[in-house]
Amino acid sequence: MTATSAAPRSGSTHAKERRGRSPQQRRNTFWGLVFTAPGIIGLVWFYAYPVLASLYYSFTSATMVRPPAWIGATNYESLAKDPTWWQSLSNTIYYVVVSVPLGIAVALILALLLNLKVRGQSIYRVIFYLPAIVPLVASAVVWLYVFNPQYGVLNNVLNWFGITGPGWLNDPVWAMPAIIIFSTWGAGNLMIILLAGLQDVPKDLHDQAMVDGAGALARFRHVTLPFLSPHLLFALVTGLIAGFQFFTPIFVLTNGQGGPAGSTLVSGLYLFQNAFQFFKIGYASAIAWVLFIIVALATALVFRLVGRRVYYGGA
Amino acid sequence: MAVATSARAGRAASRNTTWWPKLAEAIVAHAALITLSVIFAIPFFWMVSGALKTGPDMNAFPVVWFPTTLTLENFIAGVQVFPFLRYLFNTLVICVFSMVGAALSSSFVAYGLSRIEWRWRTPLFVIILSTMMIPFYVTMVPLFTMFRAMGWVNTYLPLIVPHFFGVPFFIFLLRQFFLSIPKEMSESARLDGANELRIYWQIILPLAKPALAAVALFQFLASWNDLLGPLIYLSDADTYTLSLGLTFFRGEYATQFGPLMAASTVVVIPVIVVFFFAQRTFIQGITLTGVKG
Repeated sequence: MTATSAAPRSGSTHAKERRGRSPQQRRNTFWGLVFTAPGIIGLVWFYAYPVLASLYYSFTSATMVRPPAWIGATNYESLAKDPTWWQSLSNTIYYVVVSVPLGIAVALILALLLNLKVRGQSIYRVIFYLPAIVPLVASAVVWLYVFNPQYGVLNNVLNWFGITGPGWLNDPVWAMPAIIIFSTWGAGNLMIILLAGLQDVPKDLHDQAMVDGAGALARFRHVTLPFLSPHLLFALVTGLIAGFQFFTPIFVLTNGQGGPAGSTLVSGLYLFQNAFQFFKIGYASAIAWVLFIIVALATALVFRLVGRRVYYGGA
Repeated sequence: MAVATSARAGRAASRNTTWWPKLAEAIVAHAALITLSVIFAIPFFWMVSGALKTGPDMNAFPVVWFPTTLTLENFIAGVQVFPFLRYLFNTLVICVFSMVGAALSSSFVAYGLSRIEWRWRTPLFVIILSTMMIPFYVTMVPLFTMFRAMGWVNTYLPLIVPHFFGVPFFIFLLRQFFLSIPKEMSESARLDGANELRIYWQIILPLAKPALAAVALFQFLASWNDLLGPLIYLSDADTYTLSLGLTFFRGEYATQFGPLMAASTVVVIPVIVVFFFAQRTFIQGITLTGVKG
């Protein structure tokens, strides 16, 4: 209503401004620049310069104490031959491929259960959400104790069912699954987003489908899922990007080592080690760029494969 | 007409007969929710119970769920090595300055990108938005060498100052919010002779309180939880934040879970308290960031 009455008016002022280069227009440009100035400075200082510098470093032999000297693509060549890099990349992909879908599935189950609007919903919501806001370092330290093979709660509970639990963080095979369990425990943020998405699903569409004899599963598949699909795509893409940056919990849980036997050495940690423990900033920058390109390609692939199936009629 | 009545009849019929599946559904839902809640809550329980356990309870097999004797010795042992108050103060300094900086500068930039009509508004917004796609690990190394050259290493400046130049994600969030405020609010103020700074400060900011609260809260949590930033820039033990202190404490205490759990409890409790007071802002803030259509 306001839009239709305002549209012609703003259209005519636009036409007038364009013809007359009005002082109004100049004033707007002035104020626009004043307000965005901090953003423009930040853009150059904290994004443009570091990105270009990082790209440049990646072609140099720079260390923390040696100034950069151009060595061409040598860093990238050594990276291709570096077994630790390949191990870190495969660990990262393992982590992303398992933890992202698992996190989405758990968040979706929690959101669907909460959306049934049973009594005590808000209490359940707080319990599921708390792990997501507790400081990562603190919760990682707590899970260190949970995962402890002897004194930890997890293996003792498994014991009730006659299962002898593995060594978790001490076992090269089970360390990564342990870390994925830890990450899944923090699915609360995504749960809240999906819960908000579920509230957009029209209720009469559900009722209609029910009258038509659709079962709960069919209604989920054909009514809920399409309306939720933009949120799920968002979750997938942000999960992917965050998964490739995964760092803090592994740093705390493995004491900065990525062990045992390099089984949890993810690319983010390897990059950190190269930059701040081995001081090879040229090499670290090359890792950063390769990682960045991989993430960009993976994101593009997700959009190509999944993006088409997303239903945007909902909101 | 006929279809409508039959649909209505069907709905009525289903309402009459669905009381017991409804009940079954509620029972199943509660059972599932309670089970999952217990699983999600156990680590917290384990943390608090571990913090209060004595040595023999700690090492008992099978595990002792509830401490047989309650003790505070872990907290005392923890606090002696882990200067909690010092680290709390350091963390709060970073949190408060970052919060104020992020809320002020991001809203300021967002104003210029939404409430003023000028030529470079949209291109600039797209550029700022696209920086959100640059991962921190790309800029991390040059930022460090730059701040080192400026002599800012081992100070809080690298962790605070960047927040005074607009945080892209918050700019995006606030811009969306500002766009939803009717243009007429600004127009009438301009007719009354108010300049843009006054409109920003006296009209738009008060209206944007919920969005600003969400931004402040997000920044507070981000600074409170950050490990990588302090890990890179702070090397003097006196300057450590809680997260960094706890990380090194964890390294030293390896498997002495009593003091470790006590220190974790002390770091976790303030966040839970803040959460209970600001629960609605949290939830609103997160849904504000979710995609719409």
